Amino acid sequence: MAVIFDFIVQGVQMFVVLAFAPLLTGFVRVVKARLLRRRGPPLLQPYSDLARLLGKEVVLAENASWLFRVTPYMIFAATWVAAALVPTFAGGLIFSWSADLIAIIALLASARFFLALAGLDIGTSFGGIGSSREVMFASLAEPAMIMIVFTLALIAGSTQLSTIAQIMALPEVGLRVSLGLALVALILVAIAENARIPVDNPATHLELTMVHEAMVLEYSGRHLALIELASMLKLLLYVSLIACLFVPWGIAEPGVAPSGFLAGLAIYVLKLAVGGALLGLFETSIAKMRVFRVPELLGVALMLGLLATLFRFVSGSF
Amino acid sequence: MHGIEFDIAHLLAGSLVLVSLVQLYQVRLQSLLNVFALHAVVLSLSVAWQAYIQGAPHLFVTALIALVFKGMVIPVVLGRIVRRLGIHREIETVGGIGLTMLAGVAMVGLSMVVMLKVTAGDDPIAREDLAFALSVVLIGLLMMVTRRNAVSQVVGFMSLENGLILAAAGARGMPLVVEISIAFSILIAFIVIGIFLFRIRERFDTVDVGALDRFRGDRQ
Repeated sequence: MAVIFDFIVQGVQMFVVLAFAPLLTGFVRVVKARLLRRRGPPLLQPYSDLARLLGKEVVLAENASWLFRVTPYMIFAATWVAAALVPTFAGGLIFSWSADLIAIIALLASARFFLALAGLDIGTSFGGIGSSREVMFASLAEPAMIMIVFTLALIAGSTQLSTIAQIMALPEVGLRVSLGLALVALILVAIAENARIPVDNPATHLELTMVHEAMVLEYSGRHLALIELASMLKLLLYVSLIACLFVPWGIAEPGVAPSGFLAGLAIYVLKLAVGGALLGLFETSIAKMRVFRVPELLGVALMLGLLATLFRFVSGSF
Repeated sequence: MHGIEFDIAHLLAGSLVLVSLVQLYQVRLQSLLNVFALHAVVLSLSVAWQAYIQGAPHLFVTALIALVFKGMVIPVVLGRIVRRLGIHREIETVGGIGLTMLAGVAMVGLSMVVMLKVTAGDDPIAREDLAFALSVVLIGLLMMVTRRNAVSQVVGFMSLENGLILAAAGARGMPLVVEISIAFSILIAFIVIGIFLFRIRERFDTVDVGALDRFRGDRQ
C-alpha cells in the first residue's frame, strides 16, 4: 500500500512539473508586460500556443534526416525526466535515489547535444550559428555548474538532491560565503541556460544575436510544441532547483499526511511565483548583452563557482 | 562545528578576496576606484569584527583609519586626479581580462595551499584570515603587474596593503603604533605617487607606463 502511495506521489510530481511549466512562463511574460505598462497576453496564453501548435501539421525540410524528427522527443523526454527528479513539493520520493545533481546536468547536456545536432542537420546558416553559439556558451556554463555542484556536495556530503535539501534546511549549515557565491553563480548559469535576457532574448525570432531560437527556426507543428514545452520545463527546473537548494523550507517530508503534501504544494507555487516575479523584474531592468560578452558573464559564474569551492575547502579543513 | 564568530569572520574575509577579484575585472578607472572604496569598507568591517571577537579595542582604530582614509579620502582624491588628467578611457591590460581572472583564481588557490599547510594547528580564525590575506596581497601584486596605467597600479598597491592589514588584524598583536605609522607612510606614499603621476604626465603626455620603456637605455 505504501509503495502504491509513493508511486502516486511520484506520478503527481511528474504531472505537476508538466502542468506548471507553461504557467510559469506565462506568469513571467505577464510580469514583464505589466512592468512595461503593457496589458500583455493572458496568463494561460502558453497553453493555447501549445494546443495550437499541436494541432498544426509538420512541415519538414526536404533534406531533413531522421535525427531532425527524433530530436524533439529526445529533448522533451530528457528535460521532463530531469525536471521531475528535482524535489518540488515533496522530498524523499520513490525515485529520488536517482535524483543526483550530476545526473540532472547530464540529462540537460544530452538534450542540448541533440538540439545542437538538429540545428546543424538542415544545413541552413541560422541553425549553424545557433548551434555553434549554444555549444560555446555551454562549454563555460557546464563547468560552472559542476563547480557549484562540488560546493554543495562538499557542504552536504552528498550529490543527491533531496539529501542536500534536507541538510540545507538544518540550522547547523550557518552563514557561509561559499553558499552565497554558489547561489549567484547558479543564477547566472540559469539565466544563460534558459536563454533569458542579458544572454538571449526569448521573445523574438528576429534578432541576429539569438541563440536558442536560431536552432529551432526550422521546426514546426508538434515538433515545435515539444521543443517549446521542453524549454518551459527547463525554466521551471532551474527555478525549482534554486528553490530546493537555497530555500528548502516547506518541502513535505516523506510519510506525512496528504494535507502535508497540499501545504508543500502551496508553498512550492508561492516559491515559483516569487522566482518568476524576480526573473521578470531582472529582465526588464537590464539590457541585452553583446554575444561576445556572454563568455565573460559565464566566466564570472565559473570563477564564482571555483571560489566557492576554494572557500569551502578553507572553512572545511579545520 | 564552528560558532557564528568564525562564520562571520570567514564571510567578511572571503568577501574581501571576492572584491579583490572584482577589482581585477574592472576596465574603467572610475569604476575601479569605486570598487577600491568598497574594498576598504569590507576591510574595515572585517577588522572591526576581529576587534570585537578578540576584545582588542585598538583594532577599532585600525578599522576607522581604513574606513576614513582608504574608503573615502584616497578614492575621492584619486578620482579627482583621474578627472584632471582626463583619462576616463579604458584600461589596457596585458593578456586580457579572462586570463587575468584565471591567474587571480590561481593565486587564491596557491595561497590557500601554502597557508593552510604552513599554519597547521593554529587558531582557525587566524589561519583563514592569513590564507585570505595572502591571496589579497597576491592579487594586488598581479594587478600591479598586469595594468599599464599608473593610476590602476596605485590602486593595486593600495589593495595589496589592505591585505597586509587583514593579516595583521588576524594575527593578534600588532601594536597600535605600528599600525598608525603604516597608515601614515601609506598616506605619504600616496602623496608622493600623486605628485609623481603629474610629473609623468608632464614629461610624457600620458600615464601609460609603457611610454617609460622607450626612455630606458638598456632595452635594445
